[in-house]
Amino acid sequence: MQDIVIKTDKLTKKFGDFIATNQISMEVYKGEIFGFLGANGAGKTTAMKMLCGLSIPSSGSATVAGFDVYTQREAIKKSIGYMSQKFSLYEDLTVIENIEFFGGIYGLNRKALKEKSAKLIEQLGLQPEAAKLVGALPLGWKQKLAFSVAILHEPKIVFLDEPTGGVDPVTRRQFWDLIYDAADRGITVFVTTHYMDEAEYCNRISMMVDGFIKALDSPANLKKQFNVPSMDEVFFELARGAQRKAD
Amino acid sequence: MKQFSTFVRKEFYHVFRDTKTLLMLFGLPVVLIVLFGFALTNEIKNTRIVICDYAKDPISTQLTELLSKGDHFKIDKILTHAGEIEAGFKEGKIKLAILFPPGFSQELIHQGKAEIQVIADASDPNTANTVTSYVHSVVLNYQQTRALAKPESFQIIPELRMIYNPELKGATNFVPGVTALVLLLVCVLMTSVSIVREKELGTMEILLVSPINPLLVIIAKAVPYFLLSLVNLAVILLLSVSLLDMPFNGSVFLLFGVSSMLILAALSLGLLISNSTASQQTAMIISLMGMLIPTLLFTGFMFPLENMPIALQVIANLVPSKWYYIIVKAIMIKGLGFSAIWKETLILAAMTVALLFISFKKFKIRLS
Amino acid sequence: MNTMRYLLVKEFKQILRNKALLPLLFVAPIVQLLVMPLAADYEVKNIKVGVVDLDRSDYSKKLVTKIEFSNYFKLVDYSNSFDASFRYLEKDAADLVLEIPKNFERNLVREKIEKVFIAVNAINGTKAIMGSNYLSLLLADFNKEISTKWKAYEMAEKSPVIEVASLNWFNTWLDYSFYMVPGILVTLVTMVGVYMCSLNIVKEKEIGTIEQINVTPIKKHHFILAKLLPFAVIGLVIFSVGLFGVAGLVYGIYSIGSLWLVYGFLLLFLAAILGIGLLISTYSQTQQQAMSVAFFFMMIFMLMSGLFTSVDSMPAWARFIANCNPVTHFIEVMRMVVLKGSGFSQIKYHFLIMLGFGLLFNGWAIANYKKTS
Repeated sequence: MQDIVIKTDKLTKKFGDFIATNQISMEVYKGEIFGFLGANGAGKTTAMKMLCGLSIPSSGSATVAGFDVYTQREAIKKSIGYMSQKFSLYEDLTVIENIEFFGGIYGLNRKALKEKSAKLIEQLGLQPEAAKLVGALPLGWKQKLAFSVAILHEPKIVFLDEPTGGVDPVTRRQFWDLIYDAADRGITVFVTTHYMDEAEYCNRISMMVDGFIKALDSPANLKKQFNVPSMDEVFFELARGAQRKAD
Repeated sequence: MKQFSTFVRKEFYHVFRDTKTLLMLFGLPVVLIVLFGFALTNEIKNTRIVICDYAKDPISTQLTELLSKGDHFKIDKILTHAGEIEAGFKEGKIKLAILFPPGFSQELIHQGKAEIQVIADASDPNTANTVTSYVHSVVLNYQQTRALAKPESFQIIPELRMIYNPELKGATNFVPGVTALVLLLVCVLMTSVSIVREKELGTMEILLVSPINPLLVIIAKAVPYFLLSLVNLAVILLLSVSLLDMPFNGSVFLLFGVSSMLILAALSLGLLISNSTASQQTAMIISLMGMLIPTLLFTGFMFPLENMPIALQVIANLVPSKWYYIIVKAIMIKGLGFSAIWKETLILAAMTVALLFISFKKFKIRLS
Repeated sequence: MNTMRYLLVKEFKQILRNKALLPLLFVAPIVQLLVMPLAADYEVKNIKVGVVDLDRSDYSKKLVTKIEFSNYFKLVDYSNSFDASFRYLEKDAADLVLEIPKNFERNLVREKIEKVFIAVNAINGTKAIMGSNYLSLLLADFNKEISTKWKAYEMAEKSPVIEVASLNWFNTWLDYSFYMVPGILVTLVTMVGVYMCSLNIVKEKEIGTIEQINVTPIKKHHFILAKLLPFAVIGLVIFSVGLFGVAGLVYGIYSIGSLWLVYGFLLLFLAAILGIGLLISTYSQTQQQAMSVAFFFMMIFMLMSGLFTSVDSMPAWARFIANCNPVTHFIEVMRMVVLKGSGFSQIKYHFLIMLGFGLLFNGWAIANYKKTS
């Protein structure tokens, strides 16, 4: 039996009479890479915000890293890392200052912080750029750096909201190497993406359509279930019936 | 041309979708007209004073009564003890104290001369000056009407005629000033920020790589603010004529024509600021911190320009709203034609050309 | 507390690193404080007078000479035709036109009474009243001079006179900069505080970093405090440079009252205006919005603060608005403590109100901040 790190039961979020996320139930296991897919407007971001403690659900229940999303949101925040599609490092701080800032606010002590940041910079091969402003880095490096910063404090789960938007295939590959590394260390990766090849890299994926989870399984099983050769077509089969317009 | 109108439409969407900014664009002139029309005045009224009357005789009582008439003074209390005056000043409750010495009437009748002591809180020199001279005039008036003084042998009677503003309304002076202030500040602020915003968000590059000429991109950004400023002007004029009973003696057409000149100058200034800065914060701080107080002071409607040191008078010449203020007064209140304001209009035009020249130079450098 | 340190380090680094903004933040207020008080001078002098002398007699020429050598007036035109002099009035080249009628001297001697005509450019009402008052006084003075000479032929008789002796406390020479400098200083500190605080927070919203902050365990009040503190420090620095450097060294204004009192009030004031900045930021999504709203209120704050015009002269409803404006109270307190040496007991009412503002704005902002995030 695998450890469950995220568990939701009929989790729902309503804005007025609009149901953004409709009774989603799922379990995510420790150390797995969980792909969270869906067309734009399907309710992915809303669901993710509830799990990160950014937004309070309307009904249903959920625990993240064993903490309740209604009552223990502060505890959740300590156990997770987060990287958004909008770039989330400070462009007017240097690489090393960003690392120290985000490490610092998660309560890492100074010595650990020094060691970790040195190690991180070395891993990413950013030594020559360590004292440069993040704003001056190419996008791919920024994103790799943002991911590394998000898992600097060894969270139980890291949430990635479309992390590879706008980067080249080589960098995307390298980015996924970082994700695999993290998963190997036991960090659960919860990732949303639009790239169906990336969906193939996930252990399991869920597909959201119009606020519901329409499918949840490993990529191989899903392909088998819909009897199609690629994830692209799985996505197409599922999203075809969507009522909501993407925006 | 079709592309250009597409761009202009996009800019209008930006403006109209953002209700808070729109509120500022149209709310500000309305609020300013109301404040300047009804709340703010250079007059000194309702000044709280104390009277310390050691004499308590007929003349001191009569004078006290005269002083309390009208809305110049509010007598806070009648003191019996001069020691309380300083505390009154320090609490900020009173601005002026008048002391009648003991035996005031006696002295006046027997010695032919008596003295009143006036103490003003001169931490506010303007009020101090005005109220002191008002006391002077009340006393002088009293002497003359009570026939304390023999009339002079001659009498020269000045016959005053207040030209342009017979009722001496503050609005006549403020409205042209506020118009200049609003048009200039709002235009500079909005253009500079809206251009820098696109730079900061990275959408500027998208616009610049589109097949349209970069110059047109910039012009398209200015069009909505140009039109909105004209609407603003119309609102200000309507309000001042209907709400403040301001006269409009000249040609509306001419005023709008010349106003376009000021708006163009302001838009060019905004363009220059946006070309010189990379972040919205900087653009805003330049337009707000750097321009608000100088524009307010150098336009010339709050403080007389001729009182300023020569160096500042020279600087004031660089402020477009100063010239526009002269123009609005000439057209709206004096009812003069273009022949009276061509010089000021030419200066505004020259400013616009100079500002545009500098910003296009900068723009080119940045592109290459 | 540890978190707080990291947050503060970040904020200060970001502010100090902004090479375009930082000099503006300090230089713009100081330069304005240096220059603006010189421009804000109400005193009416250099009143420009055009004289139309239709008499050209001994008396009329004496009167013109008297005007020419007066400190208040500047003779810009001396002509024979009212229409010609009126041109000056039209062009703003003259503020007043005095017309001395034909046979001025003859009528005065024969009839003992004569009228002169004064046309006043009254667009600026205050200036018009002051100018015509000074000219009337000058005429009365002139009248007295010629009367006395005339009377010498008759019998001189003394009449009782009430003399008004006036004293100007706290500012003997009626130096207008004493009044303006503290007020302008307060306005500048307010601008820096409100603009910078609101823009800074909204900037994080606009570029998306606030989302990152929200998923970290940072407490909201820590984040807000770390945003406010740097601007409180900047406000303190600008205020101190302005007070000691500009007001003291340049204008010779040294606080008569307690500096502790001034700084105590400054801290409360900063808390209140940074609260306003925070409040604006919670209601804005973009920097453009924040700026528009901040500019709107800044305009009202400045005009309704008694900086340029007297609050006492306003109608009751406007006085009420002025009293709801934190800037009014700080300007008042500065003028009281710095210029007059007022003590705590004399300004305690202002302290209480400012404390109220601080609690109101910050409480409102924090309540609203929680709701929206």
